[in-house]
Amino acid sequence: MSTLTEHTTDEATPAHPVTTSALRRQAVAALRLVVVLTVLLGVIYPLGVWGVSRVPGLHHQAEGSLTPTGSSLIGIDPVPANAAADPWFHTRPSASAPQDATAGLGPADPGTSGGSNKAADSHDLVTAVGERRTAIAAREGVDPAAVPTDAVTASGSGLDPDISPAYAALQVSRVARVTGLGPDRVRVLVAEATRGRSLGFLGEPTVNVSELDALVHATAPGAR
Amino acid sequence: MGDTAAGLLQLVALLLALAAVWRPLGDWMARVYTSPTHGRGERVIYRLTGIDPDSDQRAGTYAVSILAFSLLGIVVLYLVQRLQGVLGFDQGHGAVDPGVAFNTAISFVTNTNWQSYVPETTMGAVTQMIGLTVQNFVSAAVGMAVAVALIRGFVRSRSGGRIGNAWVDVVRGCTRILLPLAAVVAIVLLALGVVMSLHAGADVVGVDGRASTIALAPAASQEAIKELGTNGGGVFNANSAHPFENPDAVTNWIEIFALLVIPVSLTRTFGRMVGNQRQGVALLGVMATLWGAMLAIIWTAEAHATGPAAVAAGANLEGKEVRFGIPSSALFANSTTSTSTGAVNSLHDSYSAFGGGGTLLNMLFSEMTPGGVGTGLYSILVVAVVAVFLAGLMVGRTPEYLGKKLGRREVTCAVVVVLAMPAVVLLGTGLAIALPSTGGALGNSGPHGLSEVLYAFASAANNNGSAFAGLTVTGPFFQTALGVAMLIGRFLPIVAVLALAGLLARQPRVEPGAGTLATDKPLFSVLVVGTIVLVAAITFLPALALSPIAEGLS
Repeated sequence: MSTLTEHTTDEATPAHPVTTSALRRQAVAALRLVVVLTVLLGVIYPLGVWGVSRVPGLHHQAEGSLTPTGSSLIGIDPVPANAAADPWFHTRPSASAPQDATAGLGPADPGTSGGSNKAADSHDLVTAVGERRTAIAAREGVDPAAVPTDAVTASGSGLDPDISPAYAALQVSRVARVTGLGPDRVRVLVAEATRGRSLGFLGEPTVNVSELDALVHATAPGAR
Repeated sequence: MGDTAAGLLQLVALLLALAAVWRPLGDWMARVYTSPTHGRGERVIYRLTGIDPDSDQRAGTYAVSILAFSLLGIVVLYLVQRLQGVLGFDQGHGAVDPGVAFNTAISFVTNTNWQSYVPETTMGAVTQMIGLTVQNFVSAAVGMAVAVALIRGFVRSRSGGRIGNAWVDVVRGCTRILLPLAAVVAIVLLALGVVMSLHAGADVVGVDGRASTIALAPAASQEAIKELGTNGGGVFNANSAHPFENPDAVTNWIEIFALLVIPVSLTRTFGRMVGNQRQGVALLGVMATLWGAMLAIIWTAEAHATGPAAVAAGANLEGKEVRFGIPSSALFANSTTSTSTGAVNSLHDSYSAFGGGGTLLNMLFSEMTPGGVGTGLYSILVVAVVAVFLAGLMVGRTPEYLGKKLGRREVTCAVVVVLAMPAVVLLGTGLAIALPSTGGALGNSGPHGLSEVLYAFASAANNNGSAFAGLTVTGPFFQTALGVAMLIGRFLPIVAVLALAGLLARQPRVEPGAGTLATDKPLFSVLVVGTIVLVAAITFLPALALSPIAEGLS
């Protein structure tokens, strides 16, 4: 037991306690403390958390939310074998997808992440939003005004796993037609991949695209 | 349930949770910094480092300890990055570029966590863990140590300027507060889907048969302390927008809670240490008022599409994730910029003029609503000193705060703290704008381009770390200028605060007289709010008029 609040030296000590040797002592103590705390906070702590992550049940999440089929729940847009017969639900545009031809509609680069950082008054962004709206309306065979907001805006991560229920609904009739599953069947699959707000009030309702496409693939194995 | 109703429920849940932990956590932290006993593990640390944990340091010695610890932290972190390829476990990234290593070393040691690099392609697991995670902890512990030293300045009477032991304060902040909390939060985040991998990536195959490699990182351990220590540096480029750092709305709520909980609870610690809880509540009132007002501004601005691109898209969702939507993005943005955290779950550069302007203004309030861990408390105490002084001038009362007289030297220290940040922000922004190369670095044009530069210097000088990230900051000018801004913005106030603490600790305590301003009443909270807003308005209104305000009105 020792005390901090008592003064260990006389108050009348001269007011210049910081000498060269004191400075050197401080520097040595500082360096040693950096090293000791590095072992505690930079090795023991993260490896301890990593150890916990090896617990069965946590492991697959810790290694990237991998599904049994070897895909990840992260948002990477699928590419159809034939663009005219596209059986897949699509993700939002991504800043890491090719921008020139498709205005970011297409597979993102999951080796990195990030958004466009374009401002709300950016002319480039106005152009991109228009191009995406036209392309999606043509792909789905709908009026451009029917395309929802999340379909024409790039996410912050560029890897948004989710789309809005509205964007999923917009894609149902095309997927139903191409896969031959019929709209009602596809709507059931969409419902299966839909999550409401967490605990009823946190966040927004979402549809996970990877999960939904995996369901489409399992139900219509010929889809490609 | 509508968006607004759900958003309001989320807000109520957050405030209730913070209210529930305010007292136990605040009291615990007060005990940590006043307990005379050292833990067994702590004694081992003191033995290994040769530190005398029972010496009571004068303000000058305390400051030298803090500065030496931080400076050596910068050197070590720089070397870790430069030697990443030799240390192993770098996942093939090799040595970090000197400019990036310089900027990043300063950035993480100053609790800024500004990132001029893409983590996925720059930092191996070795640097993330033994470099960046360590500074996430200790830079936060340094902030708390300085705040506690200032409180001791008010509490102690005729102590000869002795304000405690910097080493003990830093070690205890890590071992008794940050490490236990981080371990709990990390495991909760892990259970909710945050990744924790020592691999650089995983190979996956999509439904279309295409193979790709997704980036992985040891995220959960760093995510926890990134928020709890109000650090903000992501292990992924997209930070808390990345599904692996922040997989759903529950983790999002937890991250917001984690980044607010220590700064908010430190007001209780303060009240307890000075022996009058209402002193802490008065400051908490100031923080809550400005935090709430700024949330209203940012949320409202984001919920109403303005700006041609947002109008064309139908709503302001560029840079935001579907799972968070607008309310959870606005709540995160307001909390991260008002706490000097700087983590983002959506891209502030793509916010509306007034929404993005709100995040900027949060930083220009000098990060005290509630501010970073420790830094927020010492910053608001300094403004309280200025407010007491101004009130004294207005009504001819003796300026004294918490039983200490505020003479010329005390107020000089306070004014140095208050003016350091605006000077760095305005001079830095002015210099950057004067350079022809800056034009090529802007990600957006017009008033928004100026916002990007102003935001960068505000973020650096306030040790926030968030960005209007369209700005390219990898050139030598921004790497150097922002590095210097982070250093001055961190250490000039720390030195002045510790000098103030020493001056106060030397004084005898005076009993409050008939002419003493009551600083534990709502009227004082109003006075402090007024001082914060007035100082920000006087210094930044011209700059803001040319950037977010011009954009919003055009």
